[in-house]
Amino acid sequence: MLLQSIKMAWESVRSNKMRSFLTMLGIIIGVMALVVMVSLVNGATGAVTDRISSLGSDLLSVSVTDDKGVPLRLEDLDQLTEDETIAAVAPSGSMYANVKHGYTEVFASVTGTTASYFPIEGLNLDEGRTLKTVDVENAAYVAVLSANAAEKLFSGDNAIGEKITINGRAFTVVGTLEENDSLMSSMFASYAVYVPFTVESRMAGQPYISSFVASAVGDTDVAEKALAELLRARFSRDDDAYSIINMSSIASALDEVTGTLSLLLGGIAAISLLVGGIGIMNIMLVSVTERTKEIGIRKAIGAGRGTILMQFLIEALMLSLFGCIFGLLVSALILAIISSIAGSITFSMSLDVVLLAVGFSSAIGLIFGLYPANQAAKKHPIDALRYEG
Amino acid sequence: MARQKPIIILRDVSRVYHVGGEEVRALDHASMTVYEGDFVAIIGPSGSGKSTLMNIVGCLDTADSGTYILDGQEIERYSESELARIRNRKIGFVFQNFNLLSRLTAEANVELPLIYQHLGYAERKRRVEAALERVGLTDRAMHKPTELSGGQQQRVAVARALATNPSILLADEPTGNLDSKTGQDIMELFRNLHEGGATIVLITHNEEIAAQAKRRIRIMDGHVTEVD
Ligand SMILES: Nc1ncnc2c1ncn2[C@@H]1O[C@H](COP(=O)(O)OP(=O)(O)OP(=O)(O)O)[C@@H](O)[C@H]1O
Ligand SMILES: [Mg+2]
Repeated sequence: MLLQSIKMAWESVRSNKMRSFLTMLGIIIGVMALVVMVSLVNGATGAVTDRISSLGSDLLSVSVTDDKGVPLRLEDLDQLTEDETIAAVAPSGSMYANVKHGYTEVFASVTGTTASYFPIEGLNLDEGRTLKTVDVENAAYVAVLSANAAEKLFSGDNAIGEKITINGRAFTVVGTLEENDSLMSSMFASYAVYVPFTVESRMAGQPYISSFVASAVGDTDVAEKALAELLRARFSRDDDAYSIINMSSIASALDEVTGTLSLLLGGIAAISLLVGGIGIMNIMLVSVTERTKEIGIRKAIGAGRGTILMQFLIEALMLSLFGCIFGLLVSALILAIISSIAGSITFSMSLDVVLLAVGFSSAIGLIFGLYPANQAAKKHPIDALRYEG
Repeated sequence: MARQKPIIILRDVSRVYHVGGEEVRALDHASMTVYEGDFVAIIGPSGSGKSTLMNIVGCLDTADSGTYILDGQEIERYSESELARIRNRKIGFVFQNFNLLSRLTAEANVELPLIYQHLGYAERKRRVEAALERVGLTDRAMHKPTELSGGQQQRVAVARALATNPSILLADEPTGNLDSKTGQDIMELFRNLHEGGATIVLITHNEEIAAQAKRRIRIMDGHVTEVD
């Protein structure tokens, strides 16, 4: 019987293709809105959080804006690590400079730091070595290159032991880093060169530490509090003298924002699906009135109330499900196009979203099909038979 | 003739239509009894209430007053779904205006009551073919009603009523659109069905057709009188 009801519903959907399509359009657009928006938010969120976590979510980044006459020196940083919640600290003095090897020249960020900087930032060595404490103490003219800087300057040739110049001064390359897709490096896509803090501070004419990074032993938030307390104590209890950026709190704030965003967009999409459902109800009501005579005939030759109800309900469900499938196909197409344009980020439909769309569409088909189907089922046979459209 | 069990009993049945404040008494205290295996012709002029009577007997319409006992039970006692079942299994209805589904082929129209009987595909196919053959429309099986002549549509309607092997056949002018030869063929079908034990109630204007029935009931302005 169910099979027969499905067949009859299919007949009626098929025999009126244009109308069926227009009825489905609301659902198609609703599903498209839902799937595309949610997938876009998910894809973008995934890409951003990936990068944030690769940056190291236990990272604290500090900048000192007002040293109150007691500027930070390297020894002061070492003292900070005496706090049990802080694992490591490294200065990050930064300047931009022309870096040259032979005739190749790049404009790069030059970071003056110490050995601890690399593990804190999650930077891995590819070849050679990173900075040593003696390099910092002796203000040795050695440099570590980011992967892209090494590639640009040496185009694949061995860089270790080679000479480069930074703003005209000669440096020996002692190490190169692995490719890194952290947020900062991909946002600025810049070439990076790391040199001993003592060298960079001399070149920049900045003997003190105005910014540094730290990693936490356990909870980053606890370390942030401890660090803030230490800095407050140093800078005459002025909270405006320094600022701490906590990467894990950025990540969770971002999570919150994108969560709210997908809820909001999902809500908008749900409303458009609802509108699609009202479209189905509308057309189904017209169709029930139009087919009053048919209903009368079916009842006269023995179709019960349940049979008629089933037939029209399945018809509504069929319309909404076909609309949903159609919408999913179009969404897949749209996402593929967006992905190919966006390049680095791929947006794909997750199974969750597909199930959500199918579930929502079926629910809407059933809910909005119920009223028209019931109108059809409760028609009195003789009145229905007499009806002349 | 030894009378068998009464299957249709109408007692003082009235059906009143209200049209623009005016009352039309389509049936006025009509009483009649049809027995199991009867072959009754109902004769009356146009507008005398024949179709109204038929609709009530066929459980499509209900009387405003009086009682209708079908198969020993008052019609009010049947639930809506039981009535649907009765219409489907017990009664074969040939409507005056055919009432075929215009979107379906002749074959599908004949098949419809069998679908509602939950019969399997093979059985339905067999019965549809047999019914269409009996009315001589095998070659028009795939035609839709709009592609058929009036007489052919009437025969599809007859085939649909016959396909379920009903125990009561109600036919409203089943030969009205047919030439006398085809009309006689249909009558032959009804006679066969009657000999097989079915109860037949036939509405007709045609005295010649009416003469072939076992009983004749005359209806005039909603009043029913037995002829013989
Ligand atoms: N739905 C209706 N509303 C109002 N009046 C009706 C309705 N149906 C029938 N009538 C009236 O009831 C009377 C009986 O109608 P009915 O259809 O039973 O006649 P009939 O005997 O079948 O006629 P015919 O031989 O022309 O088919 C007629 O006077 C008709 O005008
Ligand atoms: Mg009539």
